[in-house]
Amino acid sequence: MDKKTSKQIPIGGIIDKPKTSLLNKTGDWKKMRPVIDESKCIHCAKCVLSCPENCIAIKKDGKRGDVNLDFCKGCGICAKECPVGAITMVEDK
Amino acid sequence: MAKNNKNILPLTGSQAVAEAMRQINPGVVAMYPITPQTPIVETFAKYHSDGLVDTEIIRVESEHSAMSAVLGASASGVRSMTATSSNGLELMHEVVAATPGMRLPVVMPVVNRAVSSPINIHCDHSDSMACRDLGWIQIFSETAQEAYENTLLALRLSEKCLFPSMVMQDGFITSHSVENVEIFSDSKIRKFIGKYTPKNPLLNLDKPLTYGPLELTDYYFETKFQEAEGFECIIDEYTKIGKELSEVTGNNYPLFEGYKIKDAEAILIVLSSSAGTAKEVVEKYRKEGKKVGILKPKLFRPFPYKEIYKAISHAKVIGVMDRSMSRGAFPPLASDIKIAINTHKEGKKIPDVASYVFGLGGRDLFKKDIESIFDSLLNNKYNITKIDYIGVRK
Repeated sequence: MDKKTSKQIPIGGIIDKPKTSLLNKTGDWKKMRPVIDESKCIHCAKCVLSCPENCIAIKKDGKRGDVNLDFCKGCGICAKECPVGAITMVEDK
Repeated sequence: MAKNNKNILPLTGSQAVAEAMRQINPGVVAMYPITPQTPIVETFAKYHSDGLVDTEIIRVESEHSAMSAVLGASASGVRSMTATSSNGLELMHEVVAATPGMRLPVVMPVVNRAVSSPINIHCDHSDSMACRDLGWIQIFSETAQEAYENTLLALRLSEKCLFPSMVMQDGFITSHSVENVEIFSDSKIRKFIGKYTPKNPLLNLDKPLTYGPLELTDYYFETKFQEAEGFECIIDEYTKIGKELSEVTGNNYPLFEGYKIKDAEAILIVLSSSAGTAKEVVEKYRKEGKKVGILKPKLFRPFPYKEIYKAISHAKVIGVMDRSMSRGAFPPLASDIKIAINTHKEGKKIPDVASYVFGLGGRDLFKKDIESIFDSLLNNKYNITKIDYIGVRK
């Protein structure tokens, strides 16, 4: 990607539009990713609440949704917090 | 008190700066007391209690918080000020560096005081010199009158060029001594100051912004290069805005003051109040037929290298008096003068530059000290490779 010059960026390091953090796919950093065993999941949403990147969705019916791997850094907090052991961290290849 | 319809008041340097702040009427002033700056915010707080300003005052728990509050307020889109001295400036250093990084036009009066340790409340310039490379405009003031007017000039200059300003005056010598100070009419000064239109207000919900994000190897250098380029216009803008202020005050705002330097063989360069003492010595020596003069830099950052070189290049020898040290190196002002001369000489013969350090921790500077410097300059009794310390028991 071509980088902008000093004259093409706002002064003072200001970011002049919102939501630009979404352009930075921090999921690239992960070594491990969570795999959820749907048969064990009780939809308590502890993983949703404990995810520091807020990348586990919750659906309108209150049930747990998918993990957005674009932003999951593979920290494993969800697997640690899951009360029924439904989440396993596996190597992300 | 009224003389020729002029509003002349007996004010200390601190009170004079508080008058400037009253006329500026900033949106936010964060305050934390530190000697010898305290009377500035104290006087301003009185104005606030008397209803003369509608500033929001934030009483903070430290200078680090004062500067942080002012940075945030300035980013939000209002005029923001604080004032400090010495260790207070050191404590806020982290945020002092962040403020120009965000291009915020904060104006901060600094009352120069020695830095610990040992603890010393008296004047030297170590505090603001430690901030000279951070991206602040720095203006030094000789008198209470200058401190007042420089504060007004600095505000416009900061808002034009989007860099913060420090306006210096000497601790106690200027900040606590009463002088006749002409305060110009509120209406004229407020017309000069004008209405503030912030460039990138954080509170504009129609255009959401992020201040102070992460920039790593990819963009940090570009942002710093913007600052380097942004600083280039300051000298011209200082002169332009100075001319505008001149129309209100009748005073001039040169980059530096030259006192009998045009035909001088020996020129002493010194900042702030000491220049006043030095001018008296020049008077005496001129009567004796000795060609000496004084140059007092006012705008110190950015440093007007070329302009100062042109003003001093004809002299045989230059003495530079610094009220601060740079351990293991020539002190700040002497370094800048040496650079000015060597950068702009264009193959011409250049004057010698002798470096003197004086007045640390408020050590008095006497006329006899300045006479001895002039004598050594005029009689070839100086060593340009060494720093001479004036008034110390060696």
